[in-house]
Amino acid sequence: MSDIFPKWTNQLPLMAGVAGAVLGLTAVAGITYFVTPKYTRVGYQPKQPVAFSHAIHADQLGMDCRYCHDDVDKSWFSNIPSSSTCMNCHSQVKKDSDKLQLVRDSYASGKPIPWVQIHKVPDYVYFNHSVHVNRGISCVHCHGEIQKMEEVYHAESLSMSFCLECHREPEKFIRPNELVTKLDWKNEGFDGKKAVHDWKVQPGQSCSTCHR
Amino acid sequence: MRKFLVYFFSFWALTVVVGLSVLGLRGSTSRKPPLEVFPDMDHQPKLRPQTVTKFAGFADGLSSRLPVAGTISRDSAWELNSFNTGKTEDGGWVDAMPVPVTHELVKRGRERYDIYCTPCHGAAGDGNGVTTQFGMAAVAKLHDERLIKMSDGEIFNTITLGKNLMGPYGEKLDPKDRWAVISYVRALQLSRLGKKEEIPDAVQANLK
Repeated sequence: MSDIFPKWTNQLPLMAGVAGAVLGLTAVAGITYFVTPKYTRVGYQPKQPVAFSHAIHADQLGMDCRYCHDDVDKSWFSNIPSSSTCMNCHSQVKKDSDKLQLVRDSYASGKPIPWVQIHKVPDYVYFNHSVHVNRGISCVHCHGEIQKMEEVYHAESLSMSFCLECHREPEKFIRPNELVTKLDWKNEGFDGKKAVHDWKVQPGQSCSTCHR
Repeated sequence: MRKFLVYFFSFWALTVVVGLSVLGLRGSTSRKPPLEVFPDMDHQPKLRPQTVTKFAGFADGLSSRLPVAGTISRDSAWELNSFNTGKTEDGGWVDAMPVPVTHELVKRGRERYDIYCTPCHGAAGDGNGVTTQFGMAAVAKLHDERLIKMSDGEIFNTITLGKNLMGPYGEKLDPKDRWAVISYVRALQLSRLGKKEEIPDAVQANLK
């Protein structure tokens, strides 16, 4: 028999075992790390048609998020501002800037600026912005420190476990409602538990809370 | 066996290094749209607001439809009364606001004022908002005699439709919010019009 199976084949089962275990573990580690929104979505930073800087507008100028995203506390959908909103100031401020050509064209023609959507939940998820920002949940929890971003990127995973983290323990995230757009707010002694109780915050955890 | 282990682990190490360098680490920025591992029903044939549609009936490709010319939506402020227009029946300005001024209203007005008015008119209404440092010209000082004497209805109309270089804010502030803002503007004006005699004696004693 030794003519057919050379001696090293005696170790074949061991080799296969080692190789299988190492490759198996590597695959599990790889999938755990990569096949999750923490990898697939986080960091998405598409090139936008207009180089709008949240760092300048929200941080340096101190404008409130709702100046532009004015539907966020009234509607489930947080709107991208129309170009007329930009023109409220930019009809005078930097009115000849090349960077704003597209905004002026859009304002004149009525054709929207083709902004690229970054944050998008699947179509079977029904997220309501107004419900959150009217109950002390700040923009920063889902969108990251937008006010520091020259160019917006996807900062949080927005996965289901991400949502549930807060739905299970809202007291860790809730803040005084008038400070939801103060993105750099630090909790110094605000009693989240009391707020959750007093404002009757009852974030659902059943499927139909978000899925319909 | 030893030879096998050397080959195998070299191959493994190479795969891991190549894999990591191609895939990168979590959180690194990328221009490419997110990879969808299980895209089941993520994209349904329905329209979300402010997206593009290829539906042939919507030639402009807008998923958010503009109202048909000459129509308005059911929930918009359609009734031509003084609350919605700031005008009286004979077309003049409403002199005083048609809603009761409560603490809640002024508070709401302050919040809305801080969002929509402060960038130009300034936090205290002095016409020195941050935009004026960048070329915003002719911003009204809300403490001008002209504006103190202006009727509530005319201010309402200015907020709704804009005036001169100021853009319209009717889209951002519904009628109730506009009246709320006016109540706060009146409060700002009053804060400069007070006389020393009006301060309670107890407080006056502490004035320096």
